[in-house]
Amino acid sequence: MTMEEARGAVGDYSVGWHDPEHSTIRFDSGLSEEVVRKISEIKNEPAWMTEIRVKAYHHFTKRDMPGFGDRAALEGIKFDEVCYYLRSSDATEKDWDDVPDDIRNTFDRLGIPEAEQKWLSGVTAQYESEAVYHSIREDLEAQGVLFLDMDSGLKQYPDIVKKYFCSVIPYQDNKFSALNTAVWSGGSFIYVPKGVKVEMPVQAYFRINAKNMGQFERTLIIADEGSSIHYVEGCTAPTYSTDSLHSAVVELVALDGAHIRYSTIQNWSANVYNLVTKRGIAHRDASIEWIDGNIGSKLTMKYPSVILKGEGAHAEVISIAYAGKGQHQDAGAKVHHLASNTTSKILSKSISKDGGRGSYRGMVTVASKAENCKLNVVCDALILDDQSQTDTYPTMEVANASARCEHEASVSKVSDDQVFYLMSRGHSEEEALAMIVNGFFEPFTRELPMEYAVELNKLMALEMEGSIG
Amino acid sequence: MTDETPVLSLKDLHVGIDGNNILHGINLNIAPGEIHAIMGRNGSGKTTAAATIMGHPDYEINSGAILLNGEDLLELEAWERARKGVFLSFQYPQSVPGLQVGHFLRKSVASIRGDEAAKGPAFRDALKSAMEEVSIPRSFLSRYVNDGFSGGEKKRFEILQLMLLKPRLAILDETDSGLDIDGIRVVSRGINAAIRGSESGALIITHYSRILEHVKPDYVHVLIKGKIVKSGGPELALELEEKGYEWLQ
Ligand SMILES: Nc1ncnc2c1ncn2[C@@H]1O[C@H](COP(=O)(O)OP(=O)(O)OP(=O)(O)O)[C@@H](O)[C@H]1O
Ligand SMILES: [Mg+2]
Repeated sequence: MTMEEARGAVGDYSVGWHDPEHSTIRFDSGLSEEVVRKISEIKNEPAWMTEIRVKAYHHFTKRDMPGFGDRAALEGIKFDEVCYYLRSSDATEKDWDDVPDDIRNTFDRLGIPEAEQKWLSGVTAQYESEAVYHSIREDLEAQGVLFLDMDSGLKQYPDIVKKYFCSVIPYQDNKFSALNTAVWSGGSFIYVPKGVKVEMPVQAYFRINAKNMGQFERTLIIADEGSSIHYVEGCTAPTYSTDSLHSAVVELVALDGAHIRYSTIQNWSANVYNLVTKRGIAHRDASIEWIDGNIGSKLTMKYPSVILKGEGAHAEVISIAYAGKGQHQDAGAKVHHLASNTTSKILSKSISKDGGRGSYRGMVTVASKAENCKLNVVCDALILDDQSQTDTYPTMEVANASARCEHEASVSKVSDDQVFYLMSRGHSEEEALAMIVNGFFEPFTRELPMEYAVELNKLMALEMEGSIG
Repeated sequence: MTDETPVLSLKDLHVGIDGNNILHGINLNIAPGEIHAIMGRNGSGKTTAAATIMGHPDYEINSGAILLNGEDLLELEAWERARKGVFLSFQYPQSVPGLQVGHFLRKSVASIRGDEAAKGPAFRDALKSAMEEVSIPRSFLSRYVNDGFSGGEKKRFEILQLMLLKPRLAILDETDSGLDIDGIRVVSRGINAAIRGSESGALIITHYSRILEHVKPDYVHVLIKGKIVKSGGPELALELEEKGYEWLQ
């Protein structure tokens, strides 16, 4: 691929355009108990949900900011200026033609309907606070697979939602999980019945269009015994001079022998705070994999976690972070080995460039009664220039001596000789850098569906453009 | 100058690095179809000359000229020189973890010889036969560039690239060092096939006369402390092997 093609395909933060704001309901900025109750009322929710929201809201107001990460940037979040609920469409449609024109236009430009036809099992598209489109392949529906936006999930399957909502991530977990629980809207609800294997991925697409918007989607995925599912999410937003807040909560439950893979390519514009709590519980012989790509946002703080609760369960967290100008990616992983014979693998790769900062924050614990666990942690950082920064905060707490732990960390710089070698094969300096960077991310990229891998490589080639002084 | 424009012409080339002068006035002409060899002690400036011709940005050219087919290269970056036909087989090839060999070769052929040359069955066939020629197994296509390659494998991989990129000027910086006897034969065959009777030329940097027995260079130059102190035919290589460099100083 040439640079011209890349530019043609992706553009300069190609997803940075915005459509005229279009809202049927827009709340005034700021948060209060009244706002929380109002959201619940608009959605016609059962009383128990309203109650959790209100409790979570009060917890949020009292709860301190996290004591780690980018404290200064966190203090810069103006909660009073955020719009907590914005509805752009009155319904979630099943047919793209019924989605309002300007919103459909957005998703057309992002190539979503096309991808759906080609290689997805189902799609949900969220615009601001609500899902505007939703579909699932009929054969999966016939097998009893539930794939809905979270609001519809709550309406149609209140018992399942009530059982699992906040069961993996209680609202008291941290300030942002409390905030999300108070004002959540949209997100996905998935239930895969026993033994059903969903071969092709399902995709959710999240788009923030309005200024000062807060997007608080809530996702819950339950894979019943022996089932499997691959969920993919992508995120973009226009480039505004004012900040937006994205604070999601994602809960995964993999019952005995189930397999959940959750892949994310986050390419928020550089004015979005991305503060997300993601955690899964893996029961006996289940496996949960987080494939987590962080390219955009102003500040990301995200540590996908797995609780290995059942014997023989497996966790894998493969993540990349790209921190460019003005960006801080504070990402990593957490795994808790609570049962015997559980295994985990964490691979984290970060690149910092143009003064960006990439931090790895990881935590792996082994409980005293968990025998014969295996842990493998690798974190690699690549720094592209002298202004940029990387730091790692790995923690391992192993309370059982039978555990086999491996930990490797490396920090490297791109060497002039490496670049020269590639240039001597006809590649410009920018192309050479893109080859090195994409090579560095390759262990991550190869885990993605091909369409995403191609897109990610183009995106990184673009990031290397104009970087040569 | 004869009516034939040299493939490479170095004119009174003075080169330094970090303020240290390394090359003190090199003159050299390689005509189409010719193979020249440079020999010389460690540190005499051989790699400096090779890297300067390829366009390494760290080397400062204090005076002189580098012409490729009569065209001045000084203002061109390495990748532009590569596209004009300069190829360097590195003394120490660099590894690029995560960059697959197959992908890298296709991209390099596309950028140097054009998209058409990197497409379809023609490219696949050329790749297959070149890999057989240099005895690199197919499995290397999915390995990463030079990552974990043995010393000899790296050198064979350089020659594979030489064969696919079809340069006008091939510079081989100690490609024979670290190669086994078969490897030296393979490399020599590759060079002879690429250069003899063609429009291209080659410059072979080596410490050993063995490779020169196979490629029979038209000229052998001796570089000492950044200057060519003696030039001769292939027999000069044997003489050096016997006597060392002392007598030339
Ligand atoms: N950055 C530098 N600063 C100072 N001197 C340098 C620098 N880089 C190279 N040199 C010196 O330049 C001289 C020529 O080096 P060069 O690599 O060209 O030698 P060579 O002839 O290729 O040697 P060999 O046979 O060992 O490969 C050496 O003395 C080397 O130490
Ligand atoms: Mg050398």
